Amino acid sequence: MVTRVTSVTSLGRNGLYDWLIQRVSAVVIGVYFIGMLGYLIAQPNLDYGTWKAFIGSVPMQIATTLLVLSVAAHTWVGLWGVTTDYLTGMTLGKSATCVRLVVQMVIALLLMVYVLWGLVTIWGGA
Amino acid sequence: MNDKRPVNLDLSTIKFPVTAIASITHRITGVAIFVALPILLWMLDRSVASPESFADLKQLLDSPLAKLVVWAILTPILYHLVAGIRHLFMDAGIGETLEGGRRGAKSVFIITAVLVVLTGAWIW
Repeated sequence: MVTRVTSVTSLGRNGLYDWLIQRVSAVVIGVYFIGMLGYLIAQPNLDYGTWKAFIGSVPMQIATTLLVLSVAAHTWVGLWGVTTDYLTGMTLGKSATCVRLVVQMVIALLLMVYVLWGLVTIWGGA
Repeated sequence: MNDKRPVNLDLSTIKFPVTAIASITHRITGVAIFVALPILLWMLDRSVASPESFADLKQLLDSPLAKLVVWAILTPILYHLVAGIRHLFMDAGIGETLEGGRRGAKSVFIITAVLVVLTGAWIW
């Protein structure tokens, strides 16, 4: 019999989905980062009008939204791995589970704030 | 519970090969980027909010300290990117042998070092 080991705090609910989410989001982030770096290198004297027109265009708004969501998903899978590896009974003793869950909740809350902040910035906030 | 049972992964007793150093650096840079996220979001926010905030940000980014901060943020991002690309290669079955792993880890450090120097030249 195959028993799937799952954790309520992982993102994809099992390791295979977490692996896939990690890879897909990594490609989105990598392509966006390289593209943005290329744009900024090509525009050494960037002015507000040019930048606003570029980043405020619908394709870039969609790309940046995908970036923000990918960063959140990627960070969650990554930091979930880091916290479950290092915040353990071996390093922290009996309080490990409690500490780990609190840290993971703080990370999740911060990521939600970053996503909302990013979306407001992208879609016309001040 | 028997406290004397053997422990598999007591990191404090292990001597790290280059592949392990590459792996732990990937994790450390990942955590560092997470810490830097609010700064990046703040810069994006300031750059689009208004012509005035854009000008303020541009002026700020001209200061030596701000340039150092930007470089310090781009360095872990570049490492994480290069090491991440290596991961994708290994997912595809390339560089999975012990020797391939060592070569890959060393390559990641060398390529990142070159990119970090080039990025520094671009910033200044």
